[in-house]
Amino acid sequence: MPSLKDLKNRIESVKSTRKITKAMQMVAAAKLRRAQEAAEAARPYAEKMADVVNGLAASVAGSDTAPKLLAGTGSDQTHLLVVMTAERGLCGGFNSSIVKIARYRAEKLLSEGKTVKILTVGKKGREQLKRDLAAHLVAHMDLSEVKRVGYDNADDIARQIFAMYEAGDFDVATIFYNRFESVISQVPTPQQIIPAEVPEDAEAGALYDYEPSEEAILEDLLPRSVTTQIFTALLENGASEQGARMSAMDNATRNAGDMIDRLTIQYNRSRQAAITKELIEIISGAEAL
Amino acid sequence: MADTMQFDLVSPERKLASGAVRAVQIPGAEGDLTAMPEHAPMITTLRPGILTTEGPDGETRYVVTGGFAEITPAGTTVLAERAFAAGPEGRTVLEALLAETREKAAGLSGPEKDVLDKVAGDLERTIAALA
Repeated sequence: MPSLKDLKNRIESVKSTRKITKAMQMVAAAKLRRAQEAAEAARPYAEKMADVVNGLAASVAGSDTAPKLLAGTGSDQTHLLVVMTAERGLCGGFNSSIVKIARYRAEKLLSEGKTVKILTVGKKGREQLKRDLAAHLVAHMDLSEVKRVGYDNADDIARQIFAMYEAGDFDVATIFYNRFESVISQVPTPQQIIPAEVPEDAEAGALYDYEPSEEAILEDLLPRSVTTQIFTALLENGASEQGARMSAMDNATRNAGDMIDRLTIQYNRSRQAAITKELIEIISGAEAL
Repeated sequence: MADTMQFDLVSPERKLASGAVRAVQIPGAEGDLTAMPEHAPMITTLRPGILTTEGPDGETRYVVTGGFAEITPAGTTVLAERAFAAGPEGRTVLEALLAETREKAAGLSGPEKDVLDKVAGDLERTIAALA
């Protein structure tokens, strides 16, 4: 049985925990709004880019002159998994859910006899993957100094990936990130970026004049398209992280509130018991006289 | 024939301009071109330069550093790598880009150097046009 003083201290400490989680929740809510706006603002560019690239790719696909980023290397032996996670924790299952699908994919590829290489973006994913897939980690991009994710960050990651592709380090690249659906729902998503995936129903953009040639434009656009996909993933991830943190902190705040209620009842009961005990002692003392 | 068309200028991070215009002058990779309503559909890559729109409220000038433009009879969409309103503050960005391009060009030779030299030339002319 804890003493009254212990209970009081405990209530105080839970109260300050609640203050912290409440503050984190509000900070996450503000950041979420900004992240959502950024994701919203980037959407027109990404959509247009996807449209044009798909149209072009559909009309060039199958020809011998198709760029390497579209046609692939002709093999799928070596896979590069780009695992994009957050730099910070305390955001519920956000990081674990990305790592989980990435790990599942890695294990599946390994069991098929493929070679797996992993590029991590964000500290948390690296920490989790280091435990069992340390031998496959090839590179890491650190974004911990970045306050607001910009196109330049995506460009850095893309450049690293292109350099590895040029050097023949991998055949297929897939990014793993959390797609933002709502504050309570973030969907871990794998997305193949190299070679570019063209949807089945993409229409050949035959009605356009191209200046310079179709191939030249595609050559120019494909790297940008990859960078744009990475940028979109970074933004979606950013919004998802804040959403996940917001709901995790909301739960924590509520749990702390429940705990305070329980402890307060226990504290009041103990206090009452002590008073009753003292009264009994006084009364029985008086009766004995 | 409609006398205005929809014009959108978007960069990866945000939408810079959107609205009805009469004509857009685009610094295309193969030469400048002006898109007007009912232009034949085309897609062209851009070189660094100044993009001018003629809207109901007069001319507006933007600086673009590359990207591509999609022109359809109904409108023009410019997807710029980097774009901002033409003005003195844009100069520093362009000058930094020019220095970077020159540095890269110095380490190369052959056709790759020619491409970068052309970009550097375009940047120089854009800076001069801004002044």
